[in-house]
Amino acid sequence: MPVIPGAFDYHSPRSLDEALSLLQQHAGEAKILAGGQSLLRYVEERGDHLAIGAMTREHALEDSSVVRNSYSLLHDTALVIADPLVRNQATVGGNIAHADPANDHPATMLAYDATLVTKGPKGERTIAIDDFFTGLFENAMSDDEILTEIRIPKPAANSGGAYTKFERKVGDYAISAAAVQLRLDGDTVAAARIGLTNVSAVPMRAQGAEAELVGKSLSDAVIEAAGKAAAAECDPSPDLRGGVDYKRDITRVMVKRSIQQAVARAKGGK
Amino acid sequence: MSEHEVTLTVNGESVTRSVEARMLLVHFIREDLSLTGTHIGCDTTSCGACTVLVNGKPVKSCTVFAVQAEGAEVETIESVAAGGVLHPLQEGFWEKHGLQCGYCTPGMIMTAKEFLVRNPNPTEDEIRRGISGNLCRCTGYNKIVEAIQYAAEKLQADAGGE
Repeated sequence: MPVIPGAFDYHSPRSLDEALSLLQQHAGEAKILAGGQSLLRYVEERGDHLAIGAMTREHALEDSSVVRNSYSLLHDTALVIADPLVRNQATVGGNIAHADPANDHPATMLAYDATLVTKGPKGERTIAIDDFFTGLFENAMSDDEILTEIRIPKPAANSGGAYTKFERKVGDYAISAAAVQLRLDGDTVAAARIGLTNVSAVPMRAQGAEAELVGKSLSDAVIEAAGKAAAAECDPSPDLRGGVDYKRDITRVMVKRSIQQAVARAKGGK
Repeated sequence: MSEHEVTLTVNGESVTRSVEARMLLVHFIREDLSLTGTHIGCDTTSCGACTVLVNGKPVKSCTVFAVQAEGAEVETIESVAAGGVLHPLQEGFWEKHGLQCGYCTPGMIMTAKEFLVRNPNPTEDEIRRGISGNLCRCTGYNKIVEAIQYAAEKLQADAGGE
């Protein structure tokens, strides 16, 4: 049977302020439908960060030379979100604000230590990504706020990142995926953040895995320990994509592969 | 129910209709405009049978509300054979047997049309990635890839390419 949505009314605000006043007018009854507008659509470096307008379409990340050259983790992610047709319509802000642990951007933004900018009747505020995901499909924004921008800190020298996703087929959610962003000091990991996709009820950082890396001199054993830590600390649900043990082991492998790729990139590789 | 007047360009012609907010673009195209070349396969953004170009980009029209297409330029499969002459992609699907049941074909062609604009001389791997949002339940992908390769070569030759 065709999927016909329930009846609703539709407003097409021409400015952010108009959108905010509509949200207030229909308090609790309104849902933001991204993707039909050209407001808030940009990807550009501004000082110490990359600024992404919340309504930027995913394909714009694929096509952006600054993303491709300087934000490898984000570029990896953009290439594996859903499929090419969906990426022509889907928005970065929508992917994050939905707070779905199966979506790809949450893990990536956690690994980047991104900051989210929101606007509401009381004005603009910023929310650290670590404070943003509060539950399954729940985030730290109030009903009358709109996500306007995502800010990713410009990676320091000797940094690298990677996103590795294991999926049954193009367009499916990940069985598991790992986002890694790290900085090296010689062969020592000076800083590392790791986000995991679809192995927890709320988008999560693998802080145990991070702790296995930071301050350590890189070796196969250290990378394996990080993978095992992530496998232990994630909390996957069994479903048609596999059982818990299987998903934990895939997580171990995804984390290891992302670390290896991130290290190679931090050392100047592609 | 809330009715909204929507004006958009479909295959070069401006159309204005009153639609419910919840009407999907694919239903608008098929039922209000009677352009039934655009198919509905899964209704869940998986299969790509409903692919049309919106402002030049292929999207799944079961994932867009008609009201969101206000002011947009929409192209459907009916626009592809300009003046009744088959487009090189249509010719390629004919020559290379790029279809079995044909259900996915309009979506495949709309996706491939934009893909070849961006990438006129693609590798086989690039073609396969390019059509990865379109499913063929006959699994006739090899022939579809050959059809797109045929079209790429023909378009290059027509453009006086090397």
